[in-house]
Amino acid sequence: MKNSSRRGFMGMAFGAVAGVGAVASLYAMKKSWDPLPSVKAAGFTTLDMSIYEENVLVTEKWRGKPIFVLKMSNAMVEKAKAKQSDMDRLIKVGDAYYAVSIGLCTHLGCIPGYNASTEEFLCACHGGMYDVAGDVIKAPPPRGFDIPPFKVDGMNLVLGETSEAYDKMKTNGTTL
Amino acid sequence: MAHFTKATSVKDWFNQRLAIDKVEKVMMSEYWIPKNINFLWAMGMVLVITFALLLVSGIFLLMYYQPNVNTAFDSVNYTIMREVDFGWLWRHVHGVAASVVFLIIYIHMFTGIYYGSYKKGREMIWISGMLLFVAFSAEAFSGYMLPWGQMSYWAGMVITNLFAGGSLHADGLVEWIRGDYVPAQAFLTRFFMLHVLLIPLAIMGLIGLHFGALRIPHVNNQDGEEVDFDEESKKYLAGDKAGSKVMRFANDFMAKDMMVVGIYLVFFFYLVFYHYGFAMDPVNFDPADGLKTPAHIYPEWYFLWSYEILRPFSTDVGLIAFAFAQVIFVLLPFLDRSPNTVPASRRGLFKFWFWAMLVDMIVLTAMGKLPPQGIFSTIGLVAALTFIGLWIALPFITKMEKKA
Repeated sequence: MKNSSRRGFMGMAFGAVAGVGAVASLYAMKKSWDPLPSVKAAGFTTLDMSIYEENVLVTEKWRGKPIFVLKMSNAMVEKAKAKQSDMDRLIKVGDAYYAVSIGLCTHLGCIPGYNASTEEFLCACHGGMYDVAGDVIKAPPPRGFDIPPFKVDGMNLVLGETSEAYDKMKTNGTTL
Repeated sequence: MAHFTKATSVKDWFNQRLAIDKVEKVMMSEYWIPKNINFLWAMGMVLVITFALLLVSGIFLLMYYQPNVNTAFDSVNYTIMREVDFGWLWRHVHGVAASVVFLIIYIHMFTGIYYGSYKKGREMIWISGMLLFVAFSAEAFSGYMLPWGQMSYWAGMVITNLFAGGSLHADGLVEWIRGDYVPAQAFLTRFFMLHVLLIPLAIMGLIGLHFGALRIPHVNNQDGEEVDFDEESKKYLAGDKAGSKVMRFANDFMAKDMMVVGIYLVFFFYLVFYHYGFAMDPVNFDPADGLKTPAHIYPEWYFLWSYEILRPFSTDVGLIAFAFAQVIFVLLPFLDRSPNTVPASRRGLFKFWFWAMLVDMIVLTAMGKLPPQGIFSTIGLVAALTFIGLWIALPFITKMEKKA
């Protein structure tokens, strides 16, 4: 220290204490912006899967986000079997297959629309397209729809809880 | 040490305590402006006046606006627009000024680029100006959230999603910014705070810096001539007003400045009273609905050019191009390698660079508004690539430039 006077010491001491205080305040400020516990706790949705009709898109809500639920007809399942990445995306509840995905375009989060006759999703924002199982078929979206954490419970599907089937989707890269 | 005497007048009383005569000289009557300028030099004052309009109308809106997801929409569209006497006036002044302020900022910016007013000691003027542009952009975006209509909600969704950084998938960061999984109460209240307190404070600080940065290099002139302000101001004060190359800020320059401001205000209030619709997106008159995306999501006109640079590419490339477009203007003083401070018309290739950049940004703006299909997609892509190409070319063409 060049200036080892008492004044210099005061400066160093103040600087050290103020530095610790500044870091602590930044931590508090960061934490104050985190989602509140009440927001996090409201993050579960249970769906009764027996009520859906084939090839009719129903939009449910989970954590404020739209969830696309689409029950596959036998013909649609046969078609999906030709494409392994589509089969990986489907969830089996009871005897039927369902495509359940977060209905936000993976490009920038718009909600795509479903065309039941072509069995495709189109995002109006930037022209991205997805097939019936939610896999991307036209850029700019970098990947298919994300799939929410789910757990099959009889004929119910609980969103927000994970299960073996969901973990498998994560590990084989079907969803993020 | 201060020695106070019995004041001979009210002015003298203040003078002894606040040196108001001295302050008046430093700030106004002996702050020197070159004579060789044109109406484009009045844009700074036009911006000051517009900012004042935003501040005053904002104060009145603030008294009735409610930052709550259940009541925000009605507090704007019912309370302010129908119940409050002249509430519509404050809202339309605020909306129109928020849009027009960007028009003036762009004119102000391109004037600076054309006359080379960002070099030879004027770098800090340019940099503080670009920081002001960023602050105004953040102010415009946060303000756009407040009516909590469909466009507010979905613009909030799309813009906050940009912070996920494409393939980086920083979803935690996005949720932290929102305080929720989607834009909701926490999001609205924090953007309300940013809009009415933090960003306006930053803007006022930056305006101070912007003005401070002007004092040493002074205002540029139409020929980029290096004026000896000490010499010329002496000439002026000695009585040779016609021979001096400078004039007083007040009242000489202000007289003309305020004339331009007057014409501007006629145009401005014409818009407020008869054509405010362009600043009020019809889609935003539907309340926010997290389960229904509007058919087209587009930003206000002043963000269209940078939006169009994002749009034609895949997510990651688009984000990089977008980030490039956001910061590159700040670096202009360092990318222009020519020592010449003269109008673009006398600068060889830079003349073409200037007009190409201006036209390209207008094309990007137009394409950003149109749906991303067919020929518009292609034109948008070419314009975005041209934008990037022009900036890469800038150091080379200015390096080759001959000394003017």
